[in-house]
Amino acid sequence: MDIKDLSPDDAVLWQWEFVSLNYTIVYTWLVMALLVIGSWFATRRLSAGRNMSRWQNFLEIIVGTINNQIREVSQQQPARYLPFIGTLFLFIVTSNLLAVVPGFHAPTASLSTTAALAICVLVAVPFFGIANQGLLGYLKLYVQPTPLMLPFNVIGELSRTLALAVRLFGNMMSGAKIAAILLAIAPLFFPILMNALGLLTGLIQAYIFAILALVYIASANQAHGRRESRVQKEKGTA
Amino acid sequence: MDNIGLIGVASIFTAGITIAIGSIGPALGEGRAVAQALSAIAQQPDETNRITRTLFVGLAMVESTAIYCFVVSMILLFANPVWDYVLPATGG
Repeated sequence: MDIKDLSPDDAVLWQWEFVSLNYTIVYTWLVMALLVIGSWFATRRLSAGRNMSRWQNFLEIIVGTINNQIREVSQQQPARYLPFIGTLFLFIVTSNLLAVVPGFHAPTASLSTTAALAICVLVAVPFFGIANQGLLGYLKLYVQPTPLMLPFNVIGELSRTLALAVRLFGNMMSGAKIAAILLAIAPLFFPILMNALGLLTGLIQAYIFAILALVYIASANQAHGRRESRVQKEKGTA
Repeated sequence: MDNIGLIGVASIFTAGITIAIGSIGPALGEGRAVAQALSAIAQQPDETNRITRTLFVGLAMVESTAIYCFVVSMILLFANPVWDYVLPATGG
């Protein structure tokens, strides 16, 4: 893959007839395998007592932090959103942070991957919304505040999906491109600095992708969530 | 100047202009957002976590306009679709 390739889609690793393997597919599967095997090893011997393995401790910290963030941002019970949001965050953060490994091309630097993730969010919003408050209750959100806003609500739904995809793609692609350009003009020291900056950008972008997905999903459940919290408060006082 | 030269000139010039103008607005906006967030943190240090989180999400939203400009200029430079009309032989 050289500097002219805009995304790792163009760099074909292996081709047979019409079946071709590009960098995006290979590294996506690598990240998925890493996550699955890593968490399988960590959860093989779970213990509830004091003596836990360090990997279990590590995973518990991660899951606990994600749980807390979801609860703080959405003001709802995190258990329902944890699988989806946590998966998005862990996949994006792993592929973004592994980008500093030489020879690894982050799959998030390809528009196909980010578009797929953004479409997942686009589908998840009505999914959670309908599961939460029924079909009519969800559709009612589109004609709020007035039915005049219907087209704008629909356009907003689509354009924020596009924004979600292009934001992640642009950030990761620019990081890879800047590193490649600097390697050509100042190969000694500067690429390391830019890679360190890329680590920070990658982490923040993964966080932002997950938080925005959560905000979109939670805003479609807002009315229900408010009622739920009121019921809980009443239960607490009673 | 023939078509190839014209497209080259227009693409490179537009790519430069795009990223130059497109980065001014987000830069001003982000600077303002960070300044406001810092003064808010200085007034209410207890709310640092919440302010920082909102700041980062907001910065990413603001920055995305600059990222769009960057993507457009990259497409103009490296994946310009107009080349396909004048250079069919190379296959883009």
